[in-house]
Amino acid sequence: MSAQTQQVVIVKYNAGNIQSVLYALERIGLEAVVTDDHESIRKADKVIFPGVGEASSAMAYLRERGMDSLLVSLKQPVLGICLGMQLMCSHSEEGDTRCLGIFPNEVKKFNHGLKTPQIGWNNITGLKTTLFSGLPADPYAYFVHSYYAGLDTHTIAVTDYGVPFSSALHRDNFYGVQFHPEKSANAGEQILRNFIDL
Amino acid sequence: MLTKRIIPCLDIKDGRTVKGTNFVELRDAGDPVALAAEYARQGADELVFLDITATIEKRKTLAALAREVASQVNIPFTVGGGISSVEDVQVLLHHGADKVSVNTAAFRDPSLLAALAREFGSQCVVLAIDTKQEEDGEWYVYLNGGRTGTGTKCIDWARQAVDLGAGEILLTSMNNDGTKKGFALSITALLSTELQVPVIASGGGGTMEHFRDVFENAEADAALAASIFHFKEIRIPDLKQYLAGNGVHVRL
Repeated sequence: MSAQTQQVVIVKYNAGNIQSVLYALERIGLEAVVTDDHESIRKADKVIFPGVGEASSAMAYLRERGMDSLLVSLKQPVLGICLGMQLMCSHSEEGDTRCLGIFPNEVKKFNHGLKTPQIGWNNITGLKTTLFSGLPADPYAYFVHSYYAGLDTHTIAVTDYGVPFSSALHRDNFYGVQFHPEKSANAGEQILRNFIDL
Repeated sequence: MLTKRIIPCLDIKDGRTVKGTNFVELRDAGDPVALAAEYARQGADELVFLDITATIEKRKTLAALAREVASQVNIPFTVGGGISSVEDVQVLLHHGADKVSVNTAAFRDPSLLAALAREFGSQCVVLAIDTKQEEDGEWYVYLNGGRTGTGTKCIDWARQAVDLGAGEILLTSMNNDGTKKGFALSITALLSTELQVPVIASGGGGTMEHFRDVFENAEADAALAASIFHFKEIRIPDLKQYLAGNGVHVRL
């Protein structure tokens, strides 16, 4: 499917940085729609679930609107970014929040003597799946986060910040990245293109 | 490993860059978007836009600029200058800014920091502090672009601000700014080791050695400069190669 004919939706909810994803897609020549409409999300070719914010209030917002069950039931490729990826895990220490459970991982707070949040550019290593096709070895990505998902069989990228953690996760049609591809220079744009090409 | 960040700063007035630049390859060196895109291409890690327009039309111009930068530049950027309310920040973030920096308004009303952190998260709240070392050897906070003294010690205000929700500190030494004699290492090191948030050192960077010093000897998380980049006294790719060659982790 060519990129232009695809319907890409960005899930709208009570989290920040959603516009940045829209503008990043614009830079790679894609028009996306920011929406919380269930039908539009269900029938989209690609769904991006971004966000910067707090886990418990985000989950409460999604549950009130039935968006939790909608997201879990999606069959097309879904990309969670930052908080979006964390909400796709089973549980977050942030606000002791039960999350969507798409990935079995537990989300924990950094507690390894380094500054929190981690802000800035760090390597993503051990890359798996075509989400990372065409990238240089161990490319840099831009991170802003205080919580992380541990490593397990769903890990498709690893980053170290006092502790090695999952900088990307994959299960079936669901992908999650802890970093911000929309802000990660050329590598980030390549990852967004790869997602659209899935 | 998390890298040290190099951040060019663009001063903006009425939507244009203020300080002259030496970018002959750019058709319009006063166009902040073109300059920003060029810095991103060269490997800048982030950008800061500091608006010094003093009119009520400011917010509209700045928001339009943020929107334009967001649609053309693929690295994070911070917008600052005269921001004084949650609404100001809402508009800028909606137009694509990743972070905002607050200064005088936050000192006058520290609850602004708490309100911004609650509304948007600490990760997008940068507290800018202009500081000056006085004869007693202490570093104090100055406001209004350095024109107004406060008598408050820099470290005290920085601690309070982080407690309230500032997610990063942009620290400018007035003693060093414009001198090209190096960053203020002592106050940068104090804040960087005492605070749990990243510190961006600003003011005085004139040589590549100065950048190495502020990273290695003052534990700065990032270093910001303006005219040395604009006038190509230091090129970002050269600076990063130099730093990497001296054991400083940077994104190449």
